[in-house]
Parts: sequence; structure tokens; C-alpha cells
Amino acid sequence: MTNSSLTIGVDVGGTNTDAALLSGQTLLGSCKVPTTEDVTTGVRNAVAAVIDQTSTNPAEVAAVMVGTTHFLNALLERKKLSRTGVLRLCGPTSRSLPPMVDWPDDLRACVDGGSEYCDGGVNFDGSVITALNESEIRQHCAQWREDDVSAIAVSGVFSLVDPQCELDAAHIISDEMPGATVCLSHQIGQNGLLQRESATILNASLQTLGKTTVLAFEKAFSDLDLNANLYLTQNDGTLMSADYAMRFPVQTIASGPTNSMRGAAFLTGLQNAVVVDIGGTTTDIGIIVNGFSRTKSEGATIAGVSTNFRVPDVLSLPLGGGSVVQTDGNLRIGPESVGYRLGSEARCFGGDTLTATDLVVAQGRAQLGDGARVAELDADLLTESQELINEQIADVIDRMKPSSDAIPAIFVGGGSILVQGTLAGVSEVIRPEHFGAANAIGAAIAQISGETDRIVSLETTTRERALDATIEEAKLRATAAGAEPDSLEIADISKTPLAYLPGRAVRIMVKVVGDLKS
Amino acid sequence: MTAWELSEADLEAIAAGAGILGTGGGGSPYLAFLMAREQLRAGLKIRVIDPDDLAADDLVLPLGGIGAPTVGIERIDNGDEGARLVQMIERTTGKKITALIADEIGGGNSLAPMFAAAQLDLPVVDADGMGRAFPETQMTSFFIYGQPVAPAALTDAMGNSLVVTHATSADQLENIMRAATTSLGCSAMMSTPPMAGDFVRRYAIPRTVRQAWTLGNAVQKALKNKTDPVEAILCEAGGRLLIKGKVVDVTKEIDGGFVRGVVTIDGISEDRDRQMLIDIQNEYLVATEQGKQHAMVPDLICMVDLETGRSIGTEEQRYGLRVAVLVLPAPVLLTTPVALESVGPRAFGYDFDFIPMTQST
Repeated sequence: MTNSSLTIGVDVGGTNTDAALLSGQTLLGSCKVPTTEDVTTGVRNAVAAVIDQTSTNPAEVAAVMVGTTHFLNALLERKKLSRTGVLRLCGPTSRSLPPMVDWPDDLRACVDGGSEYCDGGVNFDGSVITALNESEIRQHCAQWREDDVSAIAVSGVFSLVDPQCELDAAHIISDEMPGATVCLSHQIGQNGLLQRESATILNASLQTLGKTTVLAFEKAFSDLDLNANLYLTQNDGTLMSADYAMRFPVQTIASGPTNSMRGAAFLTGLQNAVVVDIGGTTTDIGIIVNGFSRTKSEGATIAGVSTNFRVPDVLSLPLGGGSVVQTDGNLRIGPESVGYRLGSEARCFGGDTLTATDLVVAQGRAQLGDGARVAELDADLLTESQELINEQIADVIDRMKPSSDAIPAIFVGGGSILVQGTLAGVSEVIRPEHFGAANAIGAAIAQISGETDRIVSLETTTRERALDATIEEAKLRATAAGAEPDSLEIADISKTPLAYLPGRAVRIMVKVVGDLKS
Repeated sequence: MTAWELSEADLEAIAAGAGILGTGGGGSPYLAFLMAREQLRAGLKIRVIDPDDLAADDLVLPLGGIGAPTVGIERIDNGDEGARLVQMIERTTGKKITALIADEIGGGNSLAPMFAAAQLDLPVVDADGMGRAFPETQMTSFFIYGQPVAPAALTDAMGNSLVVTHATSADQLENIMRAATTSLGCSAMMSTPPMAGDFVRRYAIPRTVRQAWTLGNAVQKALKNKTDPVEAILCEAGGRLLIKGKVVDVTKEIDGGFVRGVVTIDGISEDRDRQMLIDIQNEYLVATEQGKQHAMVPDLICMVDLETGRSIGTEEQRYGLRVAVLVLPAPVLLTTPVALESVGPRAFGYDFDFIPMTQST
């Protein structure tokens, strides 16, 4: 990407779809349209609107980055999912818990295409559990062909230590089932067989939808005379190319909050801060560390399935512009909200419900609706409720902070005006210009990353060699996902000796980040 | 004698309560819970019996996992390990095993005997050897009060098996088992020697499965009724609240395979202006405030999330967690002079004697 390339970022939310157009690092315009049921139409509308608003020649747009909810919706609604066969390469081990054992029954019923335990897998030191049995795998493929299953998830014990048996199994499956989707667990998740396998199965079940979604986006954009490259934003706030997204749709599932946080970092130039995204009903609070959102230490539960995906560490608070203010007895704000009915139910808009937005209007800090309708609100109530709002948000910020040091707080989202004055434990309250479009901007400026997670036995290699190999692999992944190889930098390295293991095993996690290849 | 036949909901409550009794260690009961639940779903039964219902000549086999949790969640059990251990010991001794028992009720090992119990249709004794979690297998009331050190058995998911027919001490048995576990890929299941029914009646920590259930059930009920889970735990378990606060500092390091460190907790609301330090060595060992020990091992120092009542392990500690620290009294069998030699403060490297929570304020 050159410094003046035009990029469009799109972020799909529950209510609105935002788009932002940037020239290099300069925001040229942004807009909001309603999210549509099929999602794609809303994305198309947002892109069309921002092109129109900025009078841009569509042919000059180099890239469109989309943070979409297609795949999460499909899992939540149990729709458009492919039935998936599971091949667990484990030898005699790991047979006490079948694949999908802890899934919600209805989701499992939609996805389960039959699972098999097979020879294969390695121990933590790389020694073989049992060798792969080719004829066994071919037999299972025949059964899946007969059952019309065309997506297969392969999970090998300790495939993060040695992925070879998963790769070999994939060759055999492709040979037996040409055209079938094959997902390998070592490319998806982290240590922990059951959860990594579940993530792999989710991914396999979404691949057909991944293809149709990417094709639908490409068609929608070409209808708008765009000739831009398409990227999807993923859970960690970086991008993947369209063909990568077709293979790893599950990696996009939690990209929404990340986009907001990355956008907030971009708008303020801050690399380390807390980001408070206040909407109509909820406030999402997350942390950016060196410009990226901090991930949760425990795995994410996606549509009721326990996985070991690293997703942004975000705490949500039932507080937003539409939160209902209760004045009977103890003053309370939320958790009830008038939500999208704010425009008709809030006091200042002619309704009967006192909302957080009314408080802001009464304080004269926003010109919304009819100020006279809230003019008689008691001054003590305004002061008290402001304290309560600040206190609630400060409390969550404190839980999220990496240490007791005061930290700058960036406020984005439409409801960010609710907060006024100082917050305990916060060094500085920042409300950047264009705070409403932080999510779309975050998508537009996203970079490309590659990650690897390996357990390495130091019996057979040195720490340095193991680290180099892990970094090299992360770089290969980033390049495959669309990164410019020369721009890749190491964003994160962790080396953990494994507890209760004889001190010769270490878990190495590496993440590299770089610019988009032009 | 009437057995308590566990339901799925019972298993869930026991797993939650076992987490609290883990006093910060013991590992996650999640996989063991799923395994036991699969047995129920396959139509098998898990029966729990009171230790007082054991006959003098019953033969009770303790079962538990040994090894690295990182490995245990990746190379998962085959499912035959427990049954195989029973078989090995029956062949070695020529006697029939009539019941199973957990070595350790705290954490993941609480449910370790359940799978085999369902497969073999053997009852699980409502008792264990620790009443909590400890880092080493020989730290049980069983060994403290004279459980023989052989025959003990070990087996892994691939079927590799060994029986130790003689060891010079419980410590030596632990060394042998740990070395063997390492060569088996760092995850295995072991049984310490079988015990007679009357020995278990006298020297097992009684009714700890029920205690775990009570704790877990109290938390689940409180969450459902939107009442305070910490209050519910105190009400049901008879412990004492040490502090409600937030974690403000955590120092941690891995030392010889064990996690050591200190957690600093600043009081909030009614405990404002107080600060408590909790020593970690895999489990929470000692709680200190202004230089004075308020609770110490073997009393149970438990830490739970202030809002959800979920137990918080030493590995999850980080700045900002809102926690309640509770102390539950150690089982009487762990507070005798002979027991304190193995599980008192001095056994963990401290240079002070045990002061029970009932005597400190």
C-alpha cells in the first residue's frame, strides 16, 4: 500500500453498518447505514454511501476491509452450516471424550457429520503415538462420501508439536473426496485438543458460507465499479485476504470490538490505553497494548461452544444512551434500555421514559429533541447520576487495567457523550474527532498478522533454533494471508516452560504483524 | 445402606465445589466432569456411599491423575485407565476391589474415580485423602495414618502399565511414579495401595464429595436467585470471610515445576483500608495482614470471584480481579501433630507452627 492509497473500512454492528474512507492515514469521510438482515446489502449500501459522500472515483479504491457478522450470525441461528465429519488422530488415547461432546445439542445436530478415532498423533516430545493408517482413513472417507458429507475437520493429538500426520491425512482425504473442504486443527487453534478440535469443526462448517459470502461481497463491490482487493478483519484486529477468509472464516467472528479499539488507537495516536465504546444499550471496555487489543487469557465460548480462540478481552456494561433512569428509591441507570426506540420513548424526544440521553440534554451538553421537556430535572439528580455513570465506568476500567497506574481512556461510539468530568484511575479522558466511526476506521487501517503456537521439546533442538523456526513459520503465515514480507515485525513473543513437566519443554507463541501487500 | 446416585446436575455441582476446595490448585475438573457425564448419558450409574457404610473387609482403591495439566488436556484419557488399574491391583493382590475413592477432592482429581466406578459398577466412597488439594500424592491422610506404600499402580492412555510391589517410603513411591509418568509422556493415572474398609472409615476425610456438592450447589442456587454467592458459601460451609477485595499485585514464578508467588489484595467496600497478602505454592498457603498470619495451611484458603462465586486458581491470578478470600477449617485428621509434619506450615518451608483459624481472629 502506498501512503496515498484509498481504502474503505466497513464494520457491521447489530444496529448500524459503518463505513470510512481513508487516503493513506487521512480520513476523508465516514457514514452510517442500517444493518440489513442479509448483512451484504448493508455493507454494499455503506460502501456506496461513503463513495458518494466523498465524490470518490471507485476505480481508485485499492482495498476494502470488512468486519462482518455473517459467520457469527450463522452459528447463532444454526443456519447455512455444512455438516462436518471429524477425523481425530489419536491412536488409543483421547477416546474418553468424543468430538463435540460439550456442544449445545441443536448446534451439534446441525453440524455433526460423524466422527472417527484413528491411528496417528504424537506425544508432547514429538514421539509418535501410532503411525497413520491410510486404509482406515480411506474407509471413513467412503462412508462420508456416501453420507454426502463434504467438510472434514482433522484434529491430531499434539499437532502443534508436529503437524505432519494432519497434513498426511489431508492428502489422503483430498484424494478420496475431491472438492471436499478439509480443515486442520494445527492451523486453527492452540493447545487443548477438545477445544482446538471444536474450533476446527466450527471453521469447517462455515467454509461453504465463507465462499458464498466472499463471492457476494466481490459481486456487490464490482457492481459499484470497485476494482479493489477484498479483506476481512479477524479477531485480533488484523486482516486476511479474501481467499484466506474463505479458508478460515471462524477467525473473523469476534472482530467487531477489536476494530473499535484499533480505530480509537489510530484516532488518538495512543498505543496503550483503555477504550470505552458506548452505544445505545451497552458499553464495551477493552485495553489496547502497543496498538492492539489485549486478548483474553481463557478461550472464547462461541455460540455455546467452548474453544481456545484468543478473542479481545472486553467487558460489557449494560449502560448506554438509551439506558433507563430509575429515580424511585435508589437511583439506578440501566440495565433496562429503550434501545433503538430512543427516538420515540426518551423524554426529550416526546416519550415518557427518562433515559441517560435526557440527562445529557438537561445538562445542556447535547442538542437533541426538545430541551424544554427535560428542563425541570432536579440539579441534584443530574449531579448524582453523573457521578453514578462515571463510577460504573471507572469501576470496569479498573478491572481491565494492567496495573494500578492511571491510564488514558479513549471514548468512542455514539453514547460516549454520557461521560463528563474526571474518572478515578484515569489519567486523561480523550474523545477524538470522528469517534462515531472508530470501528470502520479500525477496519480500514488494519494490518496483516501471522501467529504460531508451538510446544517444543528442547531435547532435540536449542531454544534459539526453536524460536527462529517459530518466527519463520509465523512470517510464512502472515505472507500467505497477504502481508508484505519485508514489512513484518514481531508483535508478540511468549516462551513458557511447562509446569510439572521436566524442564525441557517450552511453549513458544509468536505473532508477527506487517503491512498489506500492494 | 443407601447409595447416592449422581445426576448430571450433581456432577456439575461437585465439579464447581471441587474447584473451591482446590484452594487455588488441583487443576480444572472440566474434562473429568465431561467424562463422568458421558457415562451417565450412556446409561451407566455413579453411586456414592457413605464411609460409615463400608464393611471392615471392603477393599477401597484410591485413584487420581498424575502429570502435567498441559499434556492432560491435549492427550486426553483413553477411558480405560481406571478400570485397568483396578484389574492390575486385583491381579497383584488376588483380592476383589469393592469401592473406589479419590485421593484429592480439590480440583480435577475429585471426579477421577467416577468414570471407572460407572464402568465397573463400583461405588465411590464419599471421602478423600486431603479434603482439599495438595501438590504431592503422598500428602494424604491415607499415607499419614499408615496406608501401606505398595502395591501401587500406574497406567497411561496407550496402555503402558506398571505395578510397584515395594517402595521404601511414600516419598520414594512418589519419586518412582513421577519419573515413570515423565517417560509415559507426562500424563497418567495412578492408584495408591488399596485400603481396608475399616481403615478408610477411620482415616479418610469423610463426606467431602457431599461437601463439594454443597458448596457448588450453594453457588449455583445463589446465582439463579441473584443472591450473594459468597454469603451462600459461608452459610453452607461454615467458614469465615477473610477479606473482600481486588487483586492489586501478583508475583509468580515457576520453580522446579511448581508455581510460587504472592498475591496482594486491597480491601473494597466494608474492607476498605485493609490489605492482605496470600502466599502461593501451587495452592494458597498463608494469608497475612500487617505481618500477622490470619490463616494458614492446612486450613483451606479459598478464593472465589466476588460476583459469580467461581473458584479462582493460582494460575489465573491477575491485577483487577474482584475476589472474596475465605478460610474453611482443615479436616481434624490433618491437624494432629503427625499430620502437621506432612501438611503443616513447616512442611511448606515456613518457620512457624500451625495456628488453626478457630484460634486466630
